[in-house]
Amino acid sequence: MDIRERILKGDKRACARLITMIENNNEEAIDILKELYKNTGNAYVVGITGPPGAGKSTLTDKLTKELRKLNKKVGIVAIDPTSPFSGGAILGDRIRMNDLSLDKDVFIRSMGTRGSLGGMSNSTWGAVKVLDIFGCDYIFIETVGVGQSEVDIVKTADTVLMVMVPNLGDDIQAIKAGIMEIADVFSINKSDLDGADKTKVEIEMNLDLNEQKDYRPPVVKVSAGQNKGIDTLLEKILEHRDYLERTDKLKEIRTRNNKLELLKMVEEDLMKIILDKAVKEDLLENLGKKITSKETDPYSAKDEIIALIRK
Amino acid sequence: MDKPIRVLVAKPGLDGHDRGAKVIARALRDAGMEVIYTGLRQTPEQIVAAAIQEDVDAIGMSILSGAHNHLFPKVVNLLKEQGVDDVLIVGGGVIPEDDIPFLIESGVEAVFTPGTPTKDVVDFITNNLKR
Repeated sequence: MDIRERILKGDKRACARLITMIENNNEEAIDILKELYKNTGNAYVVGITGPPGAGKSTLTDKLTKELRKLNKKVGIVAIDPTSPFSGGAILGDRIRMNDLSLDKDVFIRSMGTRGSLGGMSNSTWGAVKVLDIFGCDYIFIETVGVGQSEVDIVKTADTVLMVMVPNLGDDIQAIKAGIMEIADVFSINKSDLDGADKTKVEIEMNLDLNEQKDYRPPVVKVSAGQNKGIDTLLEKILEHRDYLERTDKLKEIRTRNNKLELLKMVEEDLMKIILDKAVKEDLLENLGKKITSKETDPYSAKDEIIALIRK
Repeated sequence: MDKPIRVLVAKPGLDGHDRGAKVIARALRDAGMEVIYTGLRQTPEQIVAAAIQEDVDAIGMSILSGAHNHLFPKVVNLLKEQGVDDVLIVGGGVIPEDDIPFLIESGVEAVFTPGTPTKDVVDFITNNLKR
């Protein structure tokens, strides 16, 4: 049977293979996605982000179990960093989700960032489309552990869940720009630990300073390890979905995200064309050495490359 | 770097010793592979389900409990039942020499015992992929 039919019928192997093809920039996979694109749009995409070790995977596991009680089909894309040196990676998010492996209506895929820096991998967009076509009602994208500025998730997800933990820093951290600005729902995980209330107050105080709109991100204390507060958290995520759908903002967000994805793809292809044409590795090496020995300066070297591209 | 080899590293069965599995996972990572580490106490069914969803090129299993003669072939057979025939399966751990021929015959393509240089494992996987 053709891979297209198999995937529409919910065949996990076909789904897995198509994601691999996307990850490896296989052109046939792109053709398949072009053809099946009309089958996307049913899945609701929730991005889960937060610092390393905050409990994103464990929380994803528990939220998925909660959605399974509602008989929803769930896809999970879990991203971990790729080594900038060897290109290898340890993808360890599945460890927290092992008892979901055998659920026929759950599909988990681990991905390495493969050079991308925004907390996701470039293939995440494609993988989400595949899972959507595969028939998932909800898709969780779990980012790599993020620091302060990896905000790419907001360009992909309908709802962004920020997973915080108590005692990571003081209230100055809460008012900084970057990842604290992109959350639609905050959860404070490991809230059985001391300091959870203080962290909650700090986030709430920061939210008080936002321009007050018709939606204010809720801050939910949970403990994924102890399975506490998960039902409330899911409720808040679904409330955000409801808000977006009621106000037609979901369409706005998806259009914005589609534009960003489009731009990113064009940029990638352009870079490839340009680099292939003009910037050969030996040229780069040469100019690098010349800059070090002060034979030239970085700005003139740049002009030299641009002149080559213009030719 | 375009197409890294994907390997599932798993600990089937009940022993709780994963130091060896972690050392191997780290060596495969350093060789440029993507290692999906699933951790301790996996059933053969879970390992096969994970291998399918992750679409891995190889599965590496580590056992120190003595249950290898039961668990390794079980994984091989479950994969066959699902029609998966393009995944390389290797095993390792404290495995008596006498058991190795049986395991190889069952479809485990290599068995690595204590003292194996990690480079041997990397080389074997790299050179014996089925796709």
